[in-house]
Amino acid sequence: MIDLFKDLVNWASGPTVLFTIATLGLLAAFRFTQVWSKTSAKVFFVVLAVFYTASMWDPDFFLIVAKPDNIPITGVIFLVFFFTWYAMHQGIQNDRRSAGEEEVLERQESEKVWVWPDLVYTEMLAMVILSIVLLVWSILLAAPLEQPANPADSPNPSKAPWYFLGLQEMLVYFDPWLAGVVFPTLIIVGLMAIPYIDTNPKGNGYFTFKERKAEIVIFLFGFLILWCLLVVSGTFLRGPNWNFFGPYEYWDVHRVEPLLNVNVSDFFWVKLLGRPLPTGGFFAALMREWLGILMVGAYLFVLPVVMSWPRERFPTGLKWLSCHHYFEKMGATRYYLGVSLFLMMMSLPIKMYLRWAFNLKYIVAFPEIFFNI
Amino acid sequence: MLNRILAPLSAAWKEATDSQVWTSIFRHGKPVSNRNRALVMMSNVFLHLHPVKSRKAGIKLRYTWCMGGITFFLFLVLTFTGLLLMFYYRPTVEYAYADIVDLQEHVPLGIMRELHRWGAHAMVITVWLHMLRVFMTGSYKPPREFNWGIGVVLLVLTLLLSFTGYLLPWDQLAIWAIAVGSNMARATPLLGTEGPLSASLTLGDISLINAGNDARFALLGARSVGQPTLLRFYVLHCVGLPLVAAFLMAVHFWRVRKDGGISGPM
Ligand code: HEM
Repeated sequence: MIDLFKDLVNWASGPTVLFTIATLGLLAAFRFTQVWSKTSAKVFFVVLAVFYTASMWDPDFFLIVAKPDNIPITGVIFLVFFFTWYAMHQGIQNDRRSAGEEEVLERQESEKVWVWPDLVYTEMLAMVILSIVLLVWSILLAAPLEQPANPADSPNPSKAPWYFLGLQEMLVYFDPWLAGVVFPTLIIVGLMAIPYIDTNPKGNGYFTFKERKAEIVIFLFGFLILWCLLVVSGTFLRGPNWNFFGPYEYWDVHRVEPLLNVNVSDFFWVKLLGRPLPTGGFFAALMREWLGILMVGAYLFVLPVVMSWPRERFPTGLKWLSCHHYFEKMGATRYYLGVSLFLMMMSLPIKMYLRWAFNLKYIVAFPEIFFNI
Repeated sequence: MLNRILAPLSAAWKEATDSQVWTSIFRHGKPVSNRNRALVMMSNVFLHLHPVKSRKAGIKLRYTWCMGGITFFLFLVLTFTGLLLMFYYRPTVEYAYADIVDLQEHVPLGIMRELHRWGAHAMVITVWLHMLRVFMTGSYKPPREFNWGIGVVLLVLTLLLSFTGYLLPWDQLAIWAIAVGSNMARATPLLGTEGPLSASLTLGDISLINAGNDARFALLGARSVGQPTLLRFYVLHCVGLPLVAAFLMAVHFWRVRKDGGISGPM
């Protein structure tokens, strides 16, 4: 019975299943907003806490979760869940208020109060509590110190600090120039651009979901799934050689995972036409990769234009692609900036699913100049 | 009975607060009257980061989660504990590891390293949560766009502070985490040896980008993680990055006030 449960959890923690479940779960929670209630939060946290505590009896789970530098990850899991729930919960309560001719809570409480004592005392309390937490944590748990540095002996797995493991996880799907350089830059630029892209004047200064659905769905998908989930799974579920291991699995250094990844050029030339890849020189390389180049170009440069068309121009079944109303509302510059950043963000899950479905390695591959997408 | 203990205490308290020393430090009475509540906020350099009065919703824990404040407090804790660590730590390949061992084993009440390390982990999490709160209340919208941008830079600085500090214990965990992290720099387009298009930067037959001058070299100060890296990261961690972060925090707090205080419905 327990073994069956463990097998189930191990299976459900696999990158494919976990990512899909988490994404669908999040989307469902946006659709059925009743789930952000106090009751479901309590149930959820009790289940999570029981699962966590009970799992401590499993030696493999304990080994990885109790590693001193992994303690923050447990913190991330519980805190991020809690605060996401708290923000959404308040937003949905406010939405109910405004639907029922009542003002949002933050507007009801607009009178001015003295900062001393109301705020100063809260801050003091926060400082005291935090100091106690830090002191207790520091007394109970020694900071880790491993063997002295030895440049000749690289540990397996070699992991970056936990907050960068989302980026390291991206290395599975993208080359370092994208995962380690371009995407981090885009994340920073994209975050900074948010206030200039988002022209929705509503929901400024109070919690709400209804008035800012698109913004919140996109941001939380990025923050919860593409960042936090990848950090957590990169820490707990990636073992030697960056292979996947379920939470109850032993990190076996000798496990070999067959890598049979193929490029789009292989699909086109070898599988479809049954010919060898074109070789020799610059133009042969261009010819080899033409389909991939076309796909990336279409995704980045044609799709945004197409998405700006009005609904009527789309055939039935594809009408959801139309972002015409955003184009109208935001103007061309903001629209193209926003959509481009969004598509860049979505390229990660797209590449993930392409890998899982077709073992796709590169869409465009110029290994000669380290330019692989 | 209780009175017998409390009466002299409160007499002593009154004595102390009436003394010349006390009144020279705190130039006003207790903050029980509105006048004094205003004075206490304005005459204290630390408290004057706050306004005298504020919208009720904006100072509620439920609204801000005090997350920005907690992040700032953690920054102060890290500055203080970090200063103490600097008394013992020497950033050389020869001594670094041994100094850390000494710190944990021979320094009385030695939990400074723990406070510093766990505090740093906590700060990374609280910055994320602060950003989440600011996003979910839509507080980046006009007029606070610029302060959100400052915030993003602070987020990056927090991560970089943590990253540079990770190397300093000079153990296996440290150098390999930094090795993995900095290997990415090798792939910088144009500027890394294994980056796209870098090979096209040539002068005649000589390629301009090599392992001795590319982006990774600039980060590490060497071809692999070594003494120059340790020194570089130490200086950045203890001086460079904290200075920039402190400077930007000042701007951040100033702008919170100048953008109309904590956000609220217009
Ligand atoms: C070292 C990091 C940071 C510190 C110490 C800090 C500190 C603070 C403090 C004390 C406040 C006052 C309100 C509150 O506590 O929520 C605040 C507000 C604000 N912060 Fe930060 N912050 C940091 C990082 C960030 C980041 C990463 C962002 C966003 C990307 C950000 C954006 C903002 C904005 C827009 C406000 C105004 C919010 C409002 O008026 O409701 N800050 N910050």
